[in-house]
Amino acid sequence: MATEILMPALSPTMEEGTLAKWLVKEGDTVSSGDILAEIETDKATMEFEAVDDGTIGKILVPEGTEGVKVNVAIAVLLEEGESADDIEDAAPPSGVETPDEAPAKAPAEAKAPEPEAPAPAPKADTSPDWPEGTEMKTMTVREALNSAIAEEMERDENVFIMGEEVAEYQGAYKITQGLLDRFGAKRVIDTPITEHGFAGIGVGAAFGGLKPIVEFMTFNFSMQAMDQIINSAAKTLYMSGGQMGAPMVFRGPNGAAARVGAQHSQDYAAWFSSVPGLKVVMPHAAADYKGLFKTAVRDPNPVIFLENEILYGRSFEVPVLDDFTIPFGKAKIARAGADVTIVSWGIGMTYALEAAEKLAEDGVDAEVIDMRTLRPMDYATVIESVKKTNRCVTVEEAWPVASVSNHLGAYIMQNAFDYLDAPVINVCGKDVPMPYAANLEKLALVTTDEVIAAVKAVTYRS
Amino acid sequence: MATRKSAAKPNVSAEELMKHYREMLLIRRFEEKAGQLYGMGLIGGFCHLYIGQEAVVVGLEAAAEEGDKRVTSYRDHGHMLACGMDPKGVMAELTGREGGYSQGKGGSMHMFSKEKHFYGGHGIVAAQVPIGAGLAFADKYLGNDRVTLAYFGEGAANQGQVYETYNMAELWDLPVVFVIENNQYAMGTSVKRSTKSPSLWERGGAYGIPGEEVDGMDVLAVKAAGEKAVSHCRAGKGPYILEIKTYRYRGHSMSDPAKYRTRDEVQKMRDERDPIEHIRTMLLNGKHASEEDLKAIDKEIKDVVNDSAEFAKESPEPSLDELWTDIYAKEVPQGEAI
Repeated sequence: MATEILMPALSPTMEEGTLAKWLVKEGDTVSSGDILAEIETDKATMEFEAVDDGTIGKILVPEGTEGVKVNVAIAVLLEEGESADDIEDAAPPSGVETPDEAPAKAPAEAKAPEPEAPAPAPKADTSPDWPEGTEMKTMTVREALNSAIAEEMERDENVFIMGEEVAEYQGAYKITQGLLDRFGAKRVIDTPITEHGFAGIGVGAAFGGLKPIVEFMTFNFSMQAMDQIINSAAKTLYMSGGQMGAPMVFRGPNGAAARVGAQHSQDYAAWFSSVPGLKVVMPHAAADYKGLFKTAVRDPNPVIFLENEILYGRSFEVPVLDDFTIPFGKAKIARAGADVTIVSWGIGMTYALEAAEKLAEDGVDAEVIDMRTLRPMDYATVIESVKKTNRCVTVEEAWPVASVSNHLGAYIMQNAFDYLDAPVINVCGKDVPMPYAANLEKLALVTTDEVIAAVKAVTYRS
Repeated sequence: MATRKSAAKPNVSAEELMKHYREMLLIRRFEEKAGQLYGMGLIGGFCHLYIGQEAVVVGLEAAAEEGDKRVTSYRDHGHMLACGMDPKGVMAELTGREGGYSQGKGGSMHMFSKEKHFYGGHGIVAAQVPIGAGLAFADKYLGNDRVTLAYFGEGAANQGQVYETYNMAELWDLPVVFVIENNQYAMGTSVKRSTKSPSLWERGGAYGIPGEEVDGMDVLAVKAAGEKAVSHCRAGKGPYILEIKTYRYRGHSMSDPAKYRTRDEVQKMRDERDPIEHIRTMLLNGKHASEEDLKAIDKEIKDVVNDSAEFAKESPEPSLDELWTDIYAKEVPQGEAI
């Protein structure tokens, strides 16, 4: 059966081209792979190869023709035993769509359906994190994290932890202290200094059925591994149509410590929070560290668990329970109030809570919300609070441009505009690389006074 | 067809030869059809064809056992067909349809099959190398004796993460075969213009990883080397490197004007070293098959490929709801080697 040779699309964007030169003539025998013609696109001149064997029966578009549309027949190929006379009554070639037919197959014109997320605000979950009357114990964030890791490794033998100095050194920040002795070198694994490589090995291990906890000595070093986190871990479930993903946790200290300079002091919350496929956790209190970490290990998705070196040594009350978890996407009202909503997470909570105490002395009753997880985000708790207080200040240690605070501010404007009595103010770190000098570093970071000043501005008291 | 000497002594059954011929031909015809559908605008974006390299995956799959894993780059159609994935599902993914392996959400570069232990389809050059070592890590951890084939090109061999992975794979004795498919051109840059290393497999020596160079236009040579590499890994001796010298006939992707090499160079390869012609000649010369037998196989394969193309055209585009699915997993089975 005679086959039409169609003007090919030679690049993702090509719609038409110039048939620059025929390299065959009517009557020539061609085999698959032979060059038939040269075609000029706006980018390059490309050779066009035969796909089938046969004889060139007729050339329909002469060389030198410009503006030949993709999918127009440019020649007819005859199979063994056919002659040019067959061309006229040649049936439409099988497996070839004419350009006219093509659009019919085009997708529905279609507006994409709305995502589930911005649906009418769900009601805030105000259930307590643990039953009333539960026995409490004072623990540092470090101890809470250590016990959470150990409990999850105890619970599931496919959970393992890898990273630099996590085993024999007992952790650069002692988060993994004692784990090597308890679980052995098979499950507590020292890696060479090779973040990109071990992050990728972690992703592969997760594809292969394990549950890796990958420690970055600090998240500053995760920049070396960014491609594996975003392109491999976060996107595979989607790209595979749900067949496989990377259930794993990337954890480590994030943000400024103290006097460690620009390359060791960045807060990456906004970077990771912008990525669909990742979950992002950034707790403040020890109980949240513990409950959320255990949830992170059990979650079937890649989770970014952002810790803070300054908080590691701080003590908080933690419930004494055999198995205690906190769900993602549930913010916590850390201090109830009526006059203004202060929203923060991670170390920002330190300034938010301190500001709230001082403001109370001035007669301003602030409600402080600890977001705890940044993706998924508990918008409902924030919106309900803003509807009550009509004012909002966000507190974040990171840089101000394209920050999580920016997103929250925009969300509040879109969903509670009529309730606002003042613009939302984002109190962020300064828009500078972190300086080393003690006085300059202090100036670059968020301060309690700045939070107080922002609250006074939104309550028109300044 | 020029005569040639096979590197491998043909200690191989007619049945096996026929199987290799069939599998390589399927890849060749499938890719030709994909090129055609691309030309018709039915396949979009990037489309990297495997024509010329068929002996690499067919030879290595012949050396692999059930349950072994594989992971590769974006030039992945051949790997999927060779490990037994359905041509219909692969072609329908190329056309971005519901019947594709990723329901049209992955495309040419991003397909996966849990059932066939195919872990992608990765678009970032060399990212699949640590992932392959990670799969091997999981197998070792779980105590099964599976081996992972981690394929990458000679272009990827200059990425840092390859060497980070070599180091850890040898340090931890991971059962992974690093397969360098050296087709001589990283997009438009010939290997000679990207490194002074005389051979790429020898770089593994710096980490203590053994390896060898293999004639990638000879499926029997590939299979023999693959068997050696796989048994090295399965015996718990750690990773192994195969640098397989091959050649791609087509451009880097469909939109490659191919000005970096001469037409004669390509033609010479096709005429003298074609891996399919090689086996075809062996079959005919050894009287294992007649011209008619081979014609019948050609026809059979052509039908399989045409069916896949029909399926890929008829399969509907994914439902619009699919935009919002598979972003997060609700449940992923744990504790099993998948």
